Amino acid sequence: MGNKIVYSKELAPQTKLIEVEADHIARRGKAGQFIILRVNDEGERIPLTIANRNPDQGTITLVYQVVGKTTEMLAALDVGDEIHDLAGPLGKATEIPTGKTVVCVGGGIGNAVVWPQVQALKAAGNRTIAILGARNKSLLILEEEIRALADETIITTDDGSYGKKGMVTHALDELIERGEKIDEVITIGPVVMMKFVCKTTQPHGIPTQASLNPIMVDGTGMCGACRVTVGGETRFACVEGPEFDGHQVDFDELITRLNYYKPEEQVSLNEYHRCRLETAADNFTRGE
Amino acid sequence: MADTSSPKREINKSKTKIPMREQAPGDRIFNFEEVPLGYNEIEATQEALRCIQCKDKPCVAGCPVGIDIPAFLKLVGEKDYEGALRKIKEKNFLPAICGRVCPQEDQCEMVCTLNKPAKGREPGGVGRVERFLGDYAMEHDLTITPEVAPPTGKKVAIIGSGPAGLTAASDLAQKGHDVTVFEALHKPGGVLFYGIPQFRLPKEILVREIDGLKDMGVKFVMNYPVGKAESLNSIRDRFDAVMIGTGAGLPWFLGIPGENLNGVYSANEFLTRVNLMGGYKFPGGADTPVKKIKRIAVIGAGNTAMDSARTAKRLQPEVVYLVYRRSRLEMPARIEEIHHAEQEGVDFNLLHSPIEIVDDGKGAVGAILCQEMELGEPDASGRRRPVPIEGKVKEFAVDTVVIAIGQGPNPLLTADVPELERDPRKGIIKTNEWMQSSLPDCFAAGDIVTGGATVILAMGQGRKAADAMHRYLMTGDPARKDGEAGDVCGNFPG
Ligand SMILES: Cc1cc2nc3c(=O)[nH]c(=O)nc-3n(C[C@H](O)[C@H](O)[C@H](O)COP(=O)(O)OP(=O)(O)OC[C@H]3O[C@@H](n4cnc5c(N)ncnc54)[C@H](O)[C@@H]3O)c2cc1C
Ligand SMILES: Cc1cc2nc3c(=O)[nH]c(=O)nc-3n(C[C@H](O)[C@H](O)[C@H](O)COP(=O)(O)OP(=O)(O)OC[C@H]3O[C@@H](n4cnc5c(N)ncnc54)[C@H](O)[C@@H]3O)c2cc1C
Ligand code: SF4
Ligand code: SF4
Ligand code: FES
Repeated sequence: MGNKIVYSKELAPQTKLIEVEADHIARRGKAGQFIILRVNDEGERIPLTIANRNPDQGTITLVYQVVGKTTEMLAALDVGDEIHDLAGPLGKATEIPTGKTVVCVGGGIGNAVVWPQVQALKAAGNRTIAILGARNKSLLILEEEIRALADETIITTDDGSYGKKGMVTHALDELIERGEKIDEVITIGPVVMMKFVCKTTQPHGIPTQASLNPIMVDGTGMCGACRVTVGGETRFACVEGPEFDGHQVDFDELITRLNYYKPEEQVSLNEYHRCRLETAADNFTRGE
Repeated sequence: MADTSSPKREINKSKTKIPMREQAPGDRIFNFEEVPLGYNEIEATQEALRCIQCKDKPCVAGCPVGIDIPAFLKLVGEKDYEGALRKIKEKNFLPAICGRVCPQEDQCEMVCTLNKPAKGREPGGVGRVERFLGDYAMEHDLTITPEVAPPTGKKVAIIGSGPAGLTAASDLAQKGHDVTVFEALHKPGGVLFYGIPQFRLPKEILVREIDGLKDMGVKFVMNYPVGKAESLNSIRDRFDAVMIGTGAGLPWFLGIPGENLNGVYSANEFLTRVNLMGGYKFPGGADTPVKKIKRIAVIGAGNTAMDSARTAKRLQPEVVYLVYRRSRLEMPARIEEIHHAEQEGVDFNLLHSPIEIVDDGKGAVGAILCQEMELGEPDASGRRRPVPIEGKVKEFAVDTVVIAIGQGPNPLLTADVPELERDPRKGIIKTNEWMQSSLPDCFAAGDIVTGGATVILAMGQGRKAADAMHRYLMTGDPARKDGEAGDVCGNFPG
């Protein structure tokens, strides 16, 4: 009894949005929380953020980038297919202030996480500014969805193919320089980006929450794979996070830990590609 | 049926247990198959006949669930295996599991009248015969389906599917209650699934027992971390009573420098990657990676440490060190596991206390530094305490460190329910003698009540909780009335 995919759409190259049946998560999930899924019974458990929820339909939206074997297998599923299993909601919900000015800084796939944050922030009556970064125009996701909600939306691309040319941190600097009174910044994206967002806000004393994405196994506090150092202390991101005070996070350690399984993951992906090729070749020779 | 009135019962006078065949150490470190191969019928009968059916039968009090040991051994001696199995199942519904993982040497077998080490006499091989019966049932597809009472109309939620939860589920279903088990992970069984390795407890056994529960009408909801997927209070609204068996799954770390380097695992992560996620089949068979290990140090000396060291051994590294700060006497693991680890070539380093894990320059483990210790003056408990030997620090060059120094209760469930009283220091749930928590409809059993203990203790408590819950559900009072027959024996801590 898996979780059925009811809708699927390609948002950008290698980036997909799917809507999946998951009744209790649709009803109880909150901004900032995530799920863990397995595509099949031998599969790895991978965490994905709950990008949107539809409690009436009993579905949740996931937005993911194809980066390895599991996400590639997920992308191979069609509408009507089932994901083997899905646990959640996991992690702590974002603490949503009221009546404040909050800037959400997202980069790449992180914009999928910014989406529910902006929704929740607006619902609680905050002035919300979204800064969305992407390498180029074709990789920018969820712009319309977020633009429709946020009070102001600023786009940056590395190559200048759309919006402002440059990094999200430049746009953030400009906001600060123009005298915008920012009460809080929430940042979600590549670790290096989050590190520099935190460096940007620190001198100005702007509280900054970073949503961390360490490698996870169970997501319930049982294994410690997800440990991160915050303020010199070890914390389990899956239960105590994923959001932490960005000014206290040891980002360099997180980067090192994220890279640990790269060679193995490459082996796994290569093996998967080889098998698929062989199956295709078999089918071909059998005339299927 | 065997003729139980038979007056003659031959006794097997062998001083030692009938040996159990095992996979040779040189073979088994290349596979994840079970190590001890079990008794056949002749061996089991011969071992059962060593029991002298002594009058005091101290063994029964030594078993935390009070199995009528002489009775089942007698039946095995008469080759009435089905009868013997029924006898065991009165108290313990997982004989194939307990026969394998119980620390018998500290329980039933320790107090056996036959046990006279000074005279070279070994106790009755209770655990081995118990295992034989569990396996016999499986091989002969002998299901002793317990009778299920007519429905009571009461709904019970069990949170956690470890031995405590499974036992309670079985007992409550038998009494006619509508039972649903909620489990955070994707497979039921708790530590039996994600912790204890395949070569010690084949997962097929567990799967079969759980299928048996399903046949009795117990519902299982996987991937459902209570406290996150649904609050405990919401579960309480939906069910007439709740049994919490969430175990002690939160791994402890040492708090020494270098612990977050790549290549440092908690035993839970290491064993989960290999057991639950099938990492030993990576790549191809399973998708969760386990790093190629060259040299590994396992810290600790309990069952978890032995399981980690022996699991590591099967991943074919150059060397597996076991590092423990006390001496052999204090090693908490089952003797059989220590023995098996030694046979398999695990390199024991006792009286070594880890002080730092050293970076290899690339953010991963390069070595572990250990302070050498010696036994000092006896402390208040009379045990000689390890004290550092001034200036003696040893370096072990390793690329992987597994920390197996114990675990505490996972606060996932209890975090948002302050009304549920817990021990402020240990985090374990407080219960009265009926395993009832400060919330009258919530009972608790297993490691969440005792802190990390044993399978059979968790089962015993699960049974005790189920028993009290049944009375609570039917009368509103969990206490047993004076003179009422109880089906729980043994004493439980806490
Ligand atoms: C709380 C949380 C929320 C996340 N939300 C999203 C999301 O909404 N959309 C999305 O596309 N991705 C998200 N991620 C990252 C996502 O989990 C990984 O991309 C995924 O696990 C990759 O699996 P794979 O088998 O396809 O690739 P793999 O072959 O396993 O890995 C490919 C690359 O991804 C990195 N990686 C592997 N596992 C993880 C992991 N558990 N977490 C982070 N990086 C990993 C590896 O370092 C490697 O570089 C989230 C991660 C966390 C921890
Ligand atoms: C590696 C290892 C080896 C061991 N070897 C032995 C041995 O040889 N002999 C022996 O007697 N004992 C051994 N033990 C100890 C024994 O396994 C435990 O004492 C026993 O399993 C405790 O049972 P339990 O039912 O209380 O909890 P567990 O077996 O820990 O099961 C608890 C279950 O609850 C689930 N859970 C937790 N929180 C939630 C939540 N919020 N919602 C839903 N589900 C939740 C967990 O995922 C888990 O499946 C070993 C322990 C370990 C870790
Ligand atoms: S359950 Fe454990 S303690 Fe009890 S008789 Fe069996 S092996 Fe001995
Ligand atoms: S104590 Fe030993 S000899 Fe006596 S009944 Fe028990 S198992 Fe048999
Ligand atoms: S992922 Fe296992 S403890 Fe966080």
